[in-house]
Amino acid sequence: MTMIGDRQQLAYIASQAADARVNVELETEGMTLNIGPQHPATHGTLRIIARLDGEQVLWAEPSCGYMHRGYEKLTEVRTFPQVTALVNRIDWLGSFANEVPFILAAEQLMEIEAPPRAQHIRTILFELSRIANVSLFLGDLGVQLGAITPVFFAFRDREYVLNLIEGATGGRFHPNFDRIGGLKDDLPAGWVDETRAVMKKMRKFCDEIENLLFGNEIFESRTRGIGVIPRDVALQYGMSGANLRASGVDWDLRRDQSLPMAWDKVDWKVWTHNDGDSYARCWVRLQETRESTYIVERLLDTLPSGPVMTKVPRIIKVPEGEAWISTENPLGEMGYYVVSKGDLGPFRVKIRSASFNNISIVPWLLKGVYVPDIITILASLYFILGDIDR
Amino acid sequence: MYALLSSIPYWGETLLRLLGGAVAVLLPAGTIVYLFLFKMMSFMQSRLGPMEAGPYGSMQLFAEVGKWLQKEDLLPERADSFVFKIAPLIVLASTFLLVAVVPFGPDAWFTNFEAGVFYALAVSSVSVLGILMAGWSSANKYSLLGGLRAAGQLIAYELPMILAVVGVVIQAGSMNLQNIVVAQNAGSIFGWDGLGNPYLLTQFVGFVIFMIAVQAELTQTPFDMPIAESELVSGYMTEYSGFRFLMFFIGEFATAGVFAFIASVLFLGGWGVPFSWFGWTGINDVDNWMNIGGPLIMLTKMLGLVFIIMWVRFSYPRFREDQLQRFAWKVLIPVSLVNIMATSVLKVAF
Repeated sequence: MTMIGDRQQLAYIASQAADARVNVELETEGMTLNIGPQHPATHGTLRIIARLDGEQVLWAEPSCGYMHRGYEKLTEVRTFPQVTALVNRIDWLGSFANEVPFILAAEQLMEIEAPPRAQHIRTILFELSRIANVSLFLGDLGVQLGAITPVFFAFRDREYVLNLIEGATGGRFHPNFDRIGGLKDDLPAGWVDETRAVMKKMRKFCDEIENLLFGNEIFESRTRGIGVIPRDVALQYGMSGANLRASGVDWDLRRDQSLPMAWDKVDWKVWTHNDGDSYARCWVRLQETRESTYIVERLLDTLPSGPVMTKVPRIIKVPEGEAWISTENPLGEMGYYVVSKGDLGPFRVKIRSASFNNISIVPWLLKGVYVPDIITILASLYFILGDIDR
Repeated sequence: MYALLSSIPYWGETLLRLLGGAVAVLLPAGTIVYLFLFKMMSFMQSRLGPMEAGPYGSMQLFAEVGKWLQKEDLLPERADSFVFKIAPLIVLASTFLLVAVVPFGPDAWFTNFEAGVFYALAVSSVSVLGILMAGWSSANKYSLLGGLRAAGQLIAYELPMILAVVGVVIQAGSMNLQNIVVAQNAGSIFGWDGLGNPYLLTQFVGFVIFMIAVQAELTQTPFDMPIAESELVSGYMTEYSGFRFLMFFIGEFATAGVFAFIASVLFLGGWGVPFSWFGWTGINDVDNWMNIGGPLIMLTKMLGLVFIIMWVRFSYPRFREDQLQRFAWKVLIPVSLVNIMATSVLKVAF
């Protein structure tokens, strides 16, 4: 061990002390940025608490529950037919799709099945609500990234789809059209031809968005490589829907399970992307919207005739039992676990909504990104607040 | 042609210039730009735009100003009140200082300043101060982030803008904006003077760089990271309301108009028509009616340029701020340096 003189030792201590002093002086505190619950970027009342170092996110956490409406509890004091009026307010943009899994679960417990025409019309309305939902996403995506024009195109063309839903069901946003054992009514006259025309319009809208956004270099530079979710992480966090398919997992409940619905009657394709970044998620949704228009057209071609309602008792009592049905909703897997004790209403309903599981990945995903990328990532994950908080 | 102006005293001339400038140029220009934008933006987005105030919404500007003037002048509790109140004035002042050197006709100018280009570029950066002050004094985290982003961005894009203008200055051989206009309209392309020599043709690279830099200076999309309404709410303007917000708002659109004026002077021949059309050879031959016609010609050119600015604004998403810094330092500045070199070599060669 070499000996060092007092002088050197003192100099060393002094230099260390000086360094420490400088570090204390220059050390900047991080900043906690509270994004939401009222904020233009979070569609609804989601709150993100982010710890920032300059513009970089050190730590972020979503805080939800600002819009909790207690639907799971409310279903316990409703009769089975009344529940659809509640649950189509969960994902309010694609409301018809929320009714279907609940009705299917009740039908499974009662061991009845809707007639083929009702199954077809259910599937058509399901896909129409998907188009209404995702077309708004495609417009809103531009707003989140700073391009304000696409959202006006989205609202313009979504109107046609909402008119169709209104024409068939009587409700633009909350149809409440699905019944245990079939549907409330048959399709009105002329609806089929009108739907064909609107589907062409929606494909044109998809092309428009593709030209306006997806071909744009700035859009690509903002979304490519941002918020990458690898395949295994996506599976671990229980993601579903387009977010999962964009990570390269070929999983679509419309194809992978057999339900009394009409998806297996026609040919269609499940779109996947291998990148897992924000661009991939947006791209998969765009392709799915286009694919949905084809599904609707092919279902209209093969629409069977017959009744839209099977024989059900006047007062519906669901026999004792438990059933789990989930479908591929616009936002991802949505399922209902229904427990019945043989009463007029369900004993207990557990709702598995897609957005709640999809945003559980947010703390993992936001670590180390820049503030503008928070918005890109949240926009590309695509959640509806009603679907998170229920 | 100086007969009219030489018979009145100097103070009278100054007053006339000020009144003429404010009444004949700025007010109509502002109104037209604003309404033009409202309608243009609406048609691009497949909607009608303002329709209620006046025929086809032509009185919309007055309705909006009236609305803003009635609003409460809010002051955040922990804001630095003096700085907070003065910041929008500084931003607006930069716009009005900028218009002072723009020539609108052979005699329709505020000041005929020898170093006009230099002055314009200098005062245009005063607005950074106002924006930083607004961002800091609001005592709001979003405002602070927006203000700092704006400062970084405006300083980064000042440089390509200056370098783009250097090419024009070399070609015209003058920093006086009036002389630059005359040099373009009296010039000729390889002996053919039917179009004069608008620097849009010879300085096309400089024009593109200048317009990109203007877009960034105005913090318009794709360079609107400082305002970024979807993430920073409204950036440095978040806490402003009432007529202070109105000042920022007017500042934004008026600066777009003024920068378009300057771009049209530097690259499109300003107020002039090619002198050969009327057989003029220099500024002293120009007829007196150009003092009325010149501003109208300028207005047309300005609307064309504003259209380009807003067209880009309404169709592009925004850059992230590290991407836009990289774009300024790694693309725009090297290209504009090459442009300066090429211009000076060609200037010496011809």
